[in-house]
Amino acid sequence: MKTIQINGKFHDSQAASVADLLGELHLAGKPVAVERNGEVVPKRQHAQTPVSAGDVFELVTLVGGG
Amino acid sequence: MQKNPNGLDSPFLLAGRAWSSRLIVGTGKYKDYETMNAALDASGAEVVTVAVRRERLVDAQGRSLLDHLDTRRYTILPNTAGCFDAADAVRVARLGRELLDQIDNAGKDWVKLEVLGDKKTLLPDPVGTLEACRTLVKDGFKVLCYSSDDPIMAVRLKDAGATSVMPAGSPIGSGQGVLNPNAIRIILELLKSGDPTYPVIVDAGVGTASDTAFAMELGADAVLMNSAIAHAQNAVQMAHAMKHGTLAGRLSYLAGRIPRKLYATASSPWEGVVGYIPGE
Repeated sequence: MKTIQINGKFHDSQAASVADLLGELHLAGKPVAVERNGEVVPKRQHAQTPVSAGDVFELVTLVGGG
Repeated sequence: MQKNPNGLDSPFLLAGRAWSSRLIVGTGKYKDYETMNAALDASGAEVVTVAVRRERLVDAQGRSLLDHLDTRRYTILPNTAGCFDAADAVRVARLGRELLDQIDNAGKDWVKLEVLGDKKTLLPDPVGTLEACRTLVKDGFKVLCYSSDDPIMAVRLKDAGATSVMPAGSPIGSGQGVLNPNAIRIILELLKSGDPTYPVIVDAGVGTASDTAFAMELGADAVLMNSAIAHAQNAVQMAHAMKHGTLAGRLSYLAGRIPRKLYATASSPWEGVVGYIPGE
Protein backbone atom coordinates (compact mmCIF):
# COMPACT_ATOMS: atom_id res chain seq x y z
CA MET A 1 0.00 0.00 0.00
CA LYS A 2 1.45 3.40 -0.87
CA THR A 3 0.27 6.91 -0.35
CA ILE A 4 -0.09 9.05 -3.45
CA GLN A 5 -2.00 12.18 -4.30
CA ILE A 6 -4.86 12.24 -6.78
CA ASN A 7 -6.55 15.48 -7.78
CA GLY A 8 -5.25 17.28 -4.73
CA LYS A 9 -6.20 14.62 -2.17
CA PHE A 10 -4.16 11.92 -0.48
CA HIS A 11 -5.03 8.41 -1.48
CA ASP A 12 -3.80 4.94 -0.60
CA SER A 13 -3.25 2.67 -3.59
CA GLN A 14 -2.05 -0.83 -4.30
CA ALA A 15 -1.62 -0.12 -7.98
CA ALA A 16 1.67 -1.12 -9.55
CA SER A 17 1.06 0.82 -12.76
CA VAL A 18 -1.01 3.73 -13.96
CA ALA A 19 -3.27 1.25 -15.74
CA ASP A 20 -3.82 -0.56 -12.44
CA LEU A 21 -4.56 2.74 -10.72
CA LEU A 22 -7.28 3.59 -13.24
CA GLY A 23 -8.73 0.12 -12.72
CA GLU A 24 -8.71 0.62 -8.95
CA LEU A 25 -10.68 3.83 -9.42
CA HIS A 26 -13.17 2.24 -11.84
CA LEU A 27 -11.93 4.54 -14.61
CA ALA A 28 -10.59 1.86 -16.95
CA GLY A 29 -12.03 2.28 -20.44
CA LYS A 30 -13.18 5.85 -19.82
CA PRO A 31 -11.43 8.77 -21.50
CA VAL A 32 -9.19 10.08 -18.72
CA ALA A 33 -5.96 12.02 -19.19
CA VAL A 34 -3.27 11.27 -16.64
CA GLU A 35 -0.63 13.68 -15.40
CA ARG A 36 2.00 12.14 -13.11
CA ASN A 37 4.33 14.50 -11.30
CA GLY A 38 3.65 17.26 -13.79
CA GLU A 39 4.02 15.18 -16.96
CA VAL A 40 1.27 13.80 -19.17
CA VAL A 41 1.38 10.00 -19.34
CA PRO A 42 -0.05 9.04 -22.74
CA LYS A 43 -2.53 6.17 -22.75
CA ARG A 44 -0.15 3.84 -24.60
CA GLN A 45 2.24 4.13 -21.63
CA HIS A 46 -0.30 3.50 -18.88
CA ALA A 47 0.61 -0.15 -18.44
CA GLN A 48 4.37 0.44 -18.24
CA THR A 49 4.32 3.57 -16.06
CA PRO A 50 4.81 2.74 -12.38
CA VAL A 51 2.92 4.23 -9.47
CA SER A 52 5.37 5.16 -6.69
CA ALA A 53 4.78 6.41 -3.18
CA GLY A 54 4.56 10.18 -3.14
CA ASP A 55 3.49 10.44 -6.78
CA VAL A 56 1.18 13.35 -7.52
CA PHE A 57 -1.51 12.58 -10.07
CA GLU A 58 -4.07 14.64 -11.90
CA LEU A 59 -6.80 12.62 -13.59
CA VAL A 60 -8.83 14.81 -15.89
CA THR A 61 -11.66 14.63 -18.38
CA LEU A 62 -13.59 16.97 -20.67
CA VAL A 63 -16.57 18.90 -19.33
CA GLY A 64 -18.83 21.58 -20.73
CA GLY A 65 -17.16 24.94 -21.15
CA GLY A 66 -16.94 28.03 -23.35
CA MET B 1 -13.08 22.57 -51.08
CA GLN B 2 -16.49 22.27 -49.50
CA LYS B 3 -18.96 24.95 -50.50
CA ASN B 4 -20.93 26.78 -47.88
CA PRO B 5 -24.53 25.64 -47.91
CA ASN B 6 -25.92 28.90 -49.24
CA GLY B 7 -23.23 29.16 -51.91
CA LEU B 8 -22.75 32.83 -51.07
CA ASP B 9 -19.59 32.68 -49.01
CA SER B 10 -16.29 30.90 -49.20
CA PRO B 11 -15.39 28.36 -46.52
CA PHE B 12 -13.92 29.52 -43.25
CA LEU B 13 -10.26 28.48 -43.12
CA LEU B 14 -9.06 27.61 -39.65
CA ALA B 15 -6.30 25.34 -38.41
CA GLY B 16 -5.77 23.68 -41.75
CA ARG B 17 -9.41 22.88 -42.43
CA ALA B 18 -12.25 24.52 -44.32
CA TRP B 19 -15.46 24.97 -42.36
CA SER B 20 -18.99 25.84 -43.45
CA SER B 21 -20.04 27.45 -40.20
CA ARG B 22 -18.54 30.67 -38.87
CA LEU B 23 -20.09 30.14 -35.47
CA ILE B 24 -18.19 28.27 -32.77
CA VAL B 25 -20.20 27.41 -29.67
CA GLY B 26 -19.31 26.43 -26.14
CA THR B 27 -20.77 23.46 -24.31
CA GLY B 28 -20.95 25.04 -20.87
CA LYS B 29 -23.77 26.26 -18.63
CA TYR B 30 -26.74 24.63 -20.32
CA LYS B 31 -29.75 23.61 -18.30
CA ASP B 32 -29.13 19.99 -19.22
CA TYR B 33 -27.47 17.91 -21.95
CA GLU B 34 -30.67 17.65 -23.97
CA THR B 35 -30.86 21.41 -24.22
CA MET B 36 -27.16 21.61 -25.02
CA ASN B 37 -27.48 19.18 -27.91
CA ALA B 38 -30.60 20.83 -29.31
CA ALA B 39 -28.86 24.21 -29.13
CA LEU B 40 -25.66 22.98 -30.76
CA ASP B 41 -27.70 21.41 -33.52
CA ALA B 42 -29.71 24.61 -34.08
CA SER B 43 -26.58 26.74 -34.13
CA GLY B 44 -25.09 24.87 -37.07
CA ALA B 45 -21.74 24.87 -35.29
CA GLU B 46 -19.15 22.35 -36.40
CA VAL B 47 -16.59 23.21 -33.73
CA VAL B 48 -17.48 23.22 -30.04
CA THR B 49 -15.34 24.19 -27.07
CA VAL B 50 -14.97 22.12 -23.91
CA ALA B 51 -13.14 22.56 -20.64
CA VAL B 52 -10.62 20.23 -18.99
CA ARG B 53 -11.40 19.37 -15.38
CA ARG B 54 -10.55 16.83 -12.71
CA GLU B 55 -12.38 13.56 -13.02
CA ARG B 56 -14.87 13.00 -10.20
CA LEU B 57 -13.62 9.92 -8.46
CA VAL B 58 -16.95 8.71 -7.16
CA ASP B 59 -18.77 5.96 -8.99
CA ALA B 60 -20.77 7.16 -12.01
CA GLN B 61 -22.61 9.97 -10.26
CA GLY B 62 -24.26 12.37 -12.63
CA ARG B 63 -23.85 12.35 -16.36
CA SER B 64 -20.62 13.25 -18.11
CA LEU B 65 -20.24 15.41 -21.19
CA LEU B 66 -18.56 12.76 -23.30
CA ASP B 67 -21.49 10.41 -22.76
CA HIS B 68 -23.76 13.01 -24.31
CA LEU B 69 -21.77 14.91 -26.93
CA ASP B 70 -21.53 13.44 -30.40
CA THR B 71 -17.77 13.45 -30.85
CA ARG B 72 -18.09 12.14 -34.41
CA ARG B 73 -20.26 15.07 -35.44
CA TYR B 74 -18.48 17.86 -33.63
CA THR B 75 -14.82 18.78 -33.71
CA ILE B 76 -13.81 19.48 -30.16
CA LEU B 77 -11.68 22.46 -29.15
CA PRO B 78 -10.43 22.15 -25.56
CA ASN B 79 -9.93 25.40 -23.66
CA THR B 80 -7.63 26.32 -20.80
CA ALA B 81 -10.37 28.17 -18.91
CA GLY B 82 -9.67 28.56 -15.23
CA CYS B 83 -5.92 28.91 -15.70
CA PHE B 84 -4.30 31.98 -14.21
CA ASP B 85 -0.73 31.41 -15.25
CA ALA B 86 1.14 30.16 -18.28
CA ALA B 87 2.39 26.98 -16.59
CA ASP B 88 -1.11 25.79 -15.74
CA ALA B 89 -2.42 26.70 -19.18
CA VAL B 90 0.34 24.64 -20.79
CA ARG B 91 -0.42 21.68 -18.53
CA VAL B 92 -4.12 21.87 -19.32
CA ALA B 93 -3.52 22.21 -23.04
CA ARG B 94 -1.38 19.06 -22.98
CA LEU B 95 -4.00 17.16 -21.02
CA GLY B 96 -6.66 18.34 -23.47
CA ARG B 97 -4.56 17.07 -26.36
CA GLU B 98 -4.22 13.68 -24.70
CA LEU B 99 -8.00 13.50 -24.25
CA LEU B 100 -8.69 14.37 -27.89
CA ASP B 101 -6.26 11.63 -28.80
CA GLN B 102 -8.02 9.11 -26.57
CA ILE B 103 -11.44 9.84 -28.05
CA ASP B 104 -9.99 10.00 -31.54
CA ASN B 105 -11.74 13.27 -32.29
CA ALA B 106 -11.02 15.18 -35.48
CA GLY B 107 -9.66 18.06 -33.39
CA LYS B 108 -5.95 17.46 -33.27
CA ASP B 109 -3.28 19.39 -31.45
CA TRP B 110 -5.30 22.49 -31.02
CA VAL B 111 -6.33 24.52 -28.02
CA LYS B 112 -8.24 27.62 -27.13
CA LEU B 113 -5.69 29.31 -24.92
CA GLU B 114 -7.01 31.36 -22.03
CA VAL B 115 -4.74 32.69 -19.32
CA LEU B 116 -6.88 34.78 -17.05
CA GLY B 117 -5.86 37.85 -15.14
CA ASP B 118 -8.55 37.88 -12.47
CA LYS B 119 -11.73 36.09 -11.49
CA LYS B 120 -14.08 39.03 -11.49
CA THR B 121 -13.38 40.41 -14.94
CA LEU B 122 -12.03 37.21 -16.52
CA LEU B 123 -9.88 39.48 -18.61
CA PRO B 124 -6.91 37.74 -20.18
CA ASP B 125 -3.47 38.19 -18.67
CA PRO B 126 -1.55 39.34 -21.72
CA VAL B 127 1.87 38.40 -20.36
CA GLY B 128 0.85 34.90 -19.36
CA THR B 129 -1.03 34.40 -22.61
CA LEU B 130 1.98 35.35 -24.72
CA GLU B 131 4.29 33.14 -22.67
CA ALA B 132 1.95 30.14 -22.88
CA CYS B 133 1.37 30.74 -26.59
CA ARG B 134 5.10 30.58 -27.30
CA THR B 135 5.54 27.38 -25.28
CA LEU B 136 2.55 25.66 -26.87
CA VAL B 137 3.52 26.67 -30.42
CA LYS B 138 6.95 25.13 -29.80
CA ASP B 139 5.19 22.01 -28.52
CA GLY B 140 3.37 21.61 -31.83
CA PHE B 141 0.00 23.04 -30.85
CA LYS B 142 -2.26 25.12 -33.06
CA VAL B 143 -3.02 27.86 -30.59
CA LEU B 144 -6.23 29.89 -30.81
CA CYS B 145 -5.51 32.75 -28.43
CA TYR B 146 -8.24 34.39 -26.42
CA SER B 147 -7.08 37.97 -26.06
CA SER B 148 -8.20 41.46 -25.16
CA ASP B 149 -9.02 43.88 -27.97
CA ASP B 150 -5.58 45.48 -27.77
CA PRO B 151 -4.16 45.55 -31.29
CA ILE B 152 -0.53 45.48 -30.17
CA MET B 153 -1.12 42.35 -28.12
CA ALA B 154 -2.89 40.78 -31.09
CA VAL B 155 0.15 41.40 -33.26
CA ARG B 156 2.47 39.94 -30.62
CA LEU B 157 0.36 36.79 -30.41
CA LYS B 158 0.27 36.34 -34.16
CA ASP B 159 4.03 36.88 -34.35
CA ALA B 160 4.44 34.27 -31.61
CA GLY B 161 2.83 31.74 -33.94
CA ALA B 162 -0.83 31.78 -32.88
CA THR B 163 -3.05 29.99 -35.39
CA SER B 164 -5.78 32.50 -34.63
CA VAL B 165 -6.17 35.54 -32.45
CA MET B 166 -9.54 35.78 -30.76
CA PRO B 167 -10.21 39.25 -29.37
CA ALA B 168 -12.97 39.68 -26.84
CA GLY B 169 -15.93 41.90 -27.69
CA SER B 170 -16.48 42.43 -23.98
CA PRO B 171 -15.89 40.35 -20.82
CA ILE B 172 -16.84 36.67 -20.88
CA GLY B 173 -20.53 36.18 -20.21
CA SER B 174 -21.18 39.89 -19.89
CA GLY B 175 -23.48 40.13 -22.90
CA GLN B 176 -22.30 43.63 -23.77
CA GLY B 177 -21.48 42.82 -27.37
CA VAL B 178 -18.59 44.47 -29.18
CA LEU B 179 -17.71 47.45 -27.02
CA ASN B 180 -14.75 48.69 -29.01
CA PRO B 181 -15.39 48.16 -32.72
CA ASN B 182 -12.52 50.38 -33.77
CA ALA B 183 -10.07 48.20 -31.87
CA ILE B 184 -11.44 45.13 -33.66
CA ARG B 185 -11.17 46.95 -37.00
CA ILE B 186 -7.54 47.80 -36.30
CA ILE B 187 -6.79 44.23 -35.22
CA LEU B 188 -8.32 42.93 -38.46
CA GLU B 189 -6.28 45.36 -40.51
CA LEU B 190 -2.98 44.62 -38.77
CA LEU B 191 -3.35 40.85 -38.64
CA LYS B 192 -4.63 40.46 -42.18
CA SER B 193 -2.15 42.79 -43.81
CA GLY B 194 -0.50 40.64 -46.47
CA ASP B 195 -2.26 37.62 -44.99
CA PRO B 196 -5.96 38.04 -45.77
CA THR B 197 -7.06 34.59 -44.65
CA TYR B 198 -5.47 34.81 -41.19
CA PRO B 199 -8.39 33.96 -38.93
CA VAL B 200 -9.59 36.54 -36.42
CA ILE B 201 -12.45 35.29 -34.28
CA VAL B 202 -14.44 37.54 -31.96
CA ASP B 203 -14.73 35.56 -28.77
CA ALA B 204 -16.54 36.62 -25.56
CA GLY B 205 -19.20 39.06 -24.61
CA VAL B 206 -21.74 38.43 -27.36
CA GLY B 207 -25.24 38.82 -25.96
CA THR B 208 -27.73 38.73 -28.79
CA ALA B 209 -28.03 38.14 -32.53
CA SER B 210 -27.28 41.71 -33.51
CA ASP B 211 -23.97 41.46 -31.63
CA THR B 212 -22.75 38.56 -33.71
CA ALA B 213 -23.98 40.20 -36.90
CA PHE B 214 -22.13 43.35 -35.91
CA ALA B 215 -18.92 41.46 -35.24
CA MET B 216 -19.14 39.74 -38.62
CA GLU B 217 -19.86 43.05 -40.37
CA LEU B 218 -16.61 44.42 -39.00
CA GLY B 219 -14.91 41.69 -40.98
CA ALA B 220 -14.31 39.01 -38.35
CA ASP B 221 -13.89 35.51 -39.77
CA ALA B 222 -16.02 33.88 -37.08
CA VAL B 223 -17.59 34.39 -33.69
CA LEU B 224 -17.28 32.20 -30.61
CA MET B 225 -19.94 32.27 -27.92
CA ASN B 226 -21.33 30.24 -25.07
CA SER B 227 -23.33 32.22 -22.50
CA ALA B 228 -25.34 34.13 -25.08
CA ILE B 229 -26.95 30.86 -26.14
CA ALA B 230 -26.78 28.75 -22.99
CA HIS B 231 -28.25 31.42 -20.72
CA ALA B 232 -30.79 32.89 -23.10
CA GLN B 233 -34.33 32.38 -21.90
CA ASN B 234 -34.83 29.99 -24.77
CA ALA B 235 -31.42 28.57 -25.58
CA VAL B 236 -32.47 26.61 -28.65
CA GLN B 237 -34.29 29.57 -30.16
CA MET B 238 -31.29 31.79 -29.48
CA ALA B 239 -29.03 29.24 -31.15
CA HIS B 240 -31.17 29.55 -34.30
CA ALA B 241 -30.95 33.34 -34.00
CA MET B 242 -27.18 33.25 -33.65
CA LYS B 243 -26.79 31.00 -36.66
CA HIS B 244 -28.76 33.43 -38.79
CA GLY B 245 -27.20 36.51 -37.19
CA THR B 246 -23.69 35.28 -37.89
CA LEU B 247 -24.60 34.44 -41.46
CA ALA B 248 -26.43 37.73 -42.00
CA GLY B 249 -23.44 39.69 -40.73
CA ARG B 250 -21.05 37.76 -42.93
CA LEU B 251 -23.12 38.13 -46.09
CA SER B 252 -23.71 41.80 -45.36
CA TYR B 253 -19.97 42.29 -44.99
CA LEU B 254 -19.29 40.52 -48.28
CA ALA B 255 -22.09 42.35 -50.07
CA GLY B 256 -20.62 45.77 -49.35
CA ARG B 257 -22.98 48.10 -47.56
CA ILE B 258 -24.08 51.53 -48.70
CA PRO B 259 -22.23 54.43 -47.11
CA ARG B 260 -23.70 56.45 -44.31
CA LYS B 261 -24.62 59.92 -45.53
CA LEU B 262 -25.89 63.01 -43.81
CA TYR B 263 -28.54 63.72 -46.40
CA ALA B 264 -31.08 61.60 -48.23
CA THR B 265 -30.90 60.02 -51.67
CA ALA B 266 -34.33 59.18 -53.03
CA SER B 267 -35.08 55.59 -53.93
CA SER B 268 -37.77 56.52 -56.44
CA PRO B 269 -36.95 58.62 -59.54
CA TRP B 270 -37.65 62.37 -59.63
CA GLU B 271 -38.50 62.25 -63.31
CA GLY B 272 -42.21 62.07 -64.10
CA VAL B 273 -43.45 62.99 -60.64
CA VAL B 274 -47.08 64.04 -60.78
CA GLY B 275 -47.64 67.32 -58.97
CA TYR B 276 -45.54 69.98 -57.40
CA ILE B 277 -41.94 69.48 -56.17
CA PRO B 278 -40.92 72.29 -53.80
CA GLY B 279 -37.89 74.34 -54.83
CA GLU B 280 -38.19 73.59 -58.60
